[in-house]
Amino acid sequence: MNYYVMKNNQRINLLDIPTVNFESLRAQLIATNLRPIAFFGSDWGENIKLFVALADDEKGEILVTSSLIHKSIKEYESITKENSQYHMFEREFYEQFGIKPLNHPWLKPVRKNQDDYEFFEMQGAETHQVAVGPIHAGVIEPGHFRFNCQGEKVYNLEIMLGYQHRGVEDLMVKNPSNQLVESICGDSVIAYSSAYSQLIEALSETKITPRAEIIRRIALEMERIAIHIGDMGAILGDIAYLMGKETYAVTRTLVINTMLEVSGSRFIRGLTTVGGVNFDISADMSEKIISTLDYVKKTVDKMTNAALNSPTVISRLEKTGNISFESAQELNMVGLMARSCGLNIDSRFDFEDVYYKGIERKAFRATNDAYSRFRIRYKEVKDSIKIVKKLLEKLNKLGNQALITTPNCLVQNSFALSIVEGWRGEVVHIATTDESGKISRYKIKDPSFNNWWGLSIAVRNNGISDFPLCNKGFDLSYCGFDL
Amino acid sequence: MIVKILNLILLLITPFLMVGLIRKTKAFWGARKGASIFQPIYDFIKLMKKDSIFSSSTTSLFKIAPMINFACIVFASLFAPMVMGQSIINIQGGLILFAYALGLSKFISLLASMETASSFEGMGSSREACFTTIIEPAFFIVIASIMALCKVYTFDSLNQVIANSGSLGILIIIFAIACLFIMLVVEGARVPVDDPATHLELTMIHEVMILDNCSQELAIISYCAAAKMFLISSLIATLILPLSLPFWASLGAFLAIMILISIIIGTIESAIARLRMSHIFEFVFVMSSLALVVASLVALKLYGV
Repeated sequence: MNYYVMKNNQRINLLDIPTVNFESLRAQLIATNLRPIAFFGSDWGENIKLFVALADDEKGEILVTSSLIHKSIKEYESITKENSQYHMFEREFYEQFGIKPLNHPWLKPVRKNQDDYEFFEMQGAETHQVAVGPIHAGVIEPGHFRFNCQGEKVYNLEIMLGYQHRGVEDLMVKNPSNQLVESICGDSVIAYSSAYSQLIEALSETKITPRAEIIRRIALEMERIAIHIGDMGAILGDIAYLMGKETYAVTRTLVINTMLEVSGSRFIRGLTTVGGVNFDISADMSEKIISTLDYVKKTVDKMTNAALNSPTVISRLEKTGNISFESAQELNMVGLMARSCGLNIDSRFDFEDVYYKGIERKAFRATNDAYSRFRIRYKEVKDSIKIVKKLLEKLNKLGNQALITTPNCLVQNSFALSIVEGWRGEVVHIATTDESGKISRYKIKDPSFNNWWGLSIAVRNNGISDFPLCNKGFDLSYCGFDL
Repeated sequence: MIVKILNLILLLITPFLMVGLIRKTKAFWGARKGASIFQPIYDFIKLMKKDSIFSSSTTSLFKIAPMINFACIVFASLFAPMVMGQSIINIQGGLILFAYALGLSKFISLLASMETASSFEGMGSSREACFTTIIEPAFFIVIASIMALCKVYTFDSLNQVIANSGSLGILIIIFAIACLFIMLVVEGARVPVDDPATHLELTMIHEVMILDNCSQELAIISYCAAAKMFLISSLIATLILPLSLPFWASLGAFLAIMILISIIIGTIESAIARLRMSHIFEFVFVMSSLALVVASLVALKLYGV
């Protein structure tokens, strides 16, 4: 196999990435059982350079390769046909560069030209279509959901997204900043800003202090705790279990208010910066965080026990929105949702983050349904509370260190990749620089990009009234997908 | 006469307060302060001041439906027993007028919601219609059995159960109340059948049917839903309260039962999750079984073993 093997947060020279003939690249991608984490094009003079990155979760390595496709070539034989994990990537690549994958099973729009698209339709007696959106009733973000049902039963759900057209990737090339990256997906502020900062630090070969590294990870885990608790409340709210909804909402506020004291923002905006972090966590503050988390853990334990011992709650959650291990794998699902289906991928541990060393990776008994999606959040909240405590311990041992290291200039003709396990899953940021040391291409992949299709599979053969419950369990991002 | 005027006043005010009290109970269990129990009245006044907007796919039926709905509810309430077990018009066959006036109001609201041509509202109507078909026969079986037992074919029979059947009457009353309570939960669109708090258009039943209504129409529809709850509660109160009570005691006991029912509904909503849609039908069917138990008990009393 012709790949360049790299680590997470590493800079490599563009010239080191092998450029292979497209046909042999295609054969390689079909043959391998490593999952793709990136598959994107970049303008390369009269060619289009196709970069592909594969994750080897067992070895903790990332395999990068590329291929040059001349602009006169307008089509190629689809990879998805043989390896379904590429289905979203190929659709995106077609939309961005107009090179058509022939025999792609369902080549529909990702982020453009949704109006011209004809939705899948089911016909027959007593069938009906339910169309929701793109304007959401709760005025959240735009997304269109098309259900094909017979009576109450959903036969197919088609999800159409990409209505926001913000052009984030172009903005990141023109004028990258932490403020911009924090606004790409507002519920994963730390995941995004850490990925961006690590990427720029890798490209400029800046080494930041361990203190800053640990504070970033504490913030990442706090974000995970807060959002997971909020989601547990939202799941119970959707099945009208009032007690759970209210208790989790109150508990989540405690967590985000703690981060308000650290960084001045409940969503931890403004904490991360290229070269380090803007705010320190003092010994007093870490005491406070620990005592808050102890209280949070006690409340969450009690509430979860009560909820999971309530027959009405169990009856709603169990066997709702099943998605099999095989489907999750075929769809290339990642992160929290993959773990709730038994796929054990977690980039915090897979890619050997030194700051997570010595932290036990606990197993989870997946049941693949809404019940599993509820329990995995509880499990991860408990794990994250332990992780934060360990990290705070490490932090207090470090002593005084600079928070910000002034970053160097970006190295020319480089390629770097950064993966951060946000609460939803792996957030992948990739950038390349040109010969003047400027960013020439910036690629973002949110976990939602992989997982939206999983939601439509999960809803199949379920009651349409169970859709909100499944949707909350997945809790995917619109803006992370739309870009 | 005074009782009849009082009934009319109660009909206009109590439904709002019941809804307010249910919300207050839920707030209490959720450790929140909650809005005042008069909030539904303020909301009603606020909505009455707003201008109406009608979807362009609707016809005049959609515009008059809320008024027909309101007329049906008021008409039905003329025959329903309230304070002192007295109804405003007490005639034989009042039961049938009562049930079918409620039926007509539902029919009109189903038609109106289908008019909007919205796929959600179609789903809501189909669910609501399905529940009604299950509830209606069960309701008739319960009330008609009690009438047969008392040999009085007006709603007055409801408070003569004990007088006519002695200790067996207690059993009859318990089963009849269970029956009516399920009907109350379904008609009032409360947990575990429907959830008035989460606005998820794909899971709602009653709320989804009125998505296109606003302002005065919405105010009237909300009042009608609450009034239905009040009417069924007053049937329950009539079943429980003995005839012999003096006026003030009877009025106090009647209001106490309304408060109790609201608190029970609020507590149920706080304590359990909503049922899965496919299980709701099973839950509503329980009402039919209970109704048959009532009928059997009456038959036992009338014809012996």
